[in-house]
Amino acid sequence: MNKHIEGGLMEIHTRKDKSGTIVSVKGRMDAVTAPEFEKTLSDLISKGEITFLLNFGDLEYISSAGLRSILATAKKLKQTQGKIVLAGLKGPVEEVFKISGFNSIFKIFDSEENALKEI
Amino acid sequence: MKVLLSLHLPARIENLGRFKESVAECARAQGFDQKRIYGIELAVEEILVNIFNYAYPETPGDVEINCKLETGRLVIEIIDSGIPFDMTSLTNPDLTADVEERKIGGLGIFLVKRMVDEVRYLRERDRNILHLIFKKGK
Repeated sequence: MNKHIEGGLMEIHTRKDKSGTIVSVKGRMDAVTAPEFEKTLSDLISKGEITFLLNFGDLEYISSAGLRSILATAKKLKQTQGKIVLAGLKGPVEEVFKISGFNSIFKIFDSEENALKEI
Repeated sequence: MKVLLSLHLPARIENLGRFKESVAECARAQGFDQKRIYGIELAVEEILVNIFNYAYPETPGDVEINCKLETGRLVIEIIDSGIPFDMTSLTNPDLTADVEERKIGGLGIFLVKRMVDEVRYLRERDRNILHLIFKKGK
């Protein structure tokens, strides 16, 4: 499934692997685009998906609205005994995760391959 | 202070992109690198979203952004006529809570504080005037 939204500001690609659903987010997750990300994840959870790998390798920018969406998703997954891990954070996105302490509440891997070995 | 750019628009989420693009363009023209431009955009977004959500609970209002140049510093001035809000008086959020206990409130403003070199707040003639200050060449 491919999604292209908000004039190219954010793209979400999802694919199913044997160990879970890989959600790759490209571009910018801000107050305008974050609700679409949250909805995409929420729809997948409704369909019964419980294991998620968020690949942020191509994510350039994230604000607190993006963090809020990820946290809301994680809270939802806790209720269904689900799991969410992240991979590939870099530059400004990695910095925002560090500053906000989000790097200590989520399992973060350097690459998608390494994350897949663990989930 | 030299004014590089001025933008005055309704305080609505639809205008976030225009505000951010203008500020980014302004910072780029002043020689800020892409990493710092993201930081500047982040600070501006957090402040604007706060204004969009809370400044005008009764009747809609506007936001004005001015990019100014002070000696060696870029000053992003954000003005609204909404309810008084002084971000400099806010305490920092708890950054250690886990997924279940974690609250997002206050995180945006905390990110702003970490991105800027200095912040100034003024309540003047029923307006909030915020200066986000970024040093050049860091």
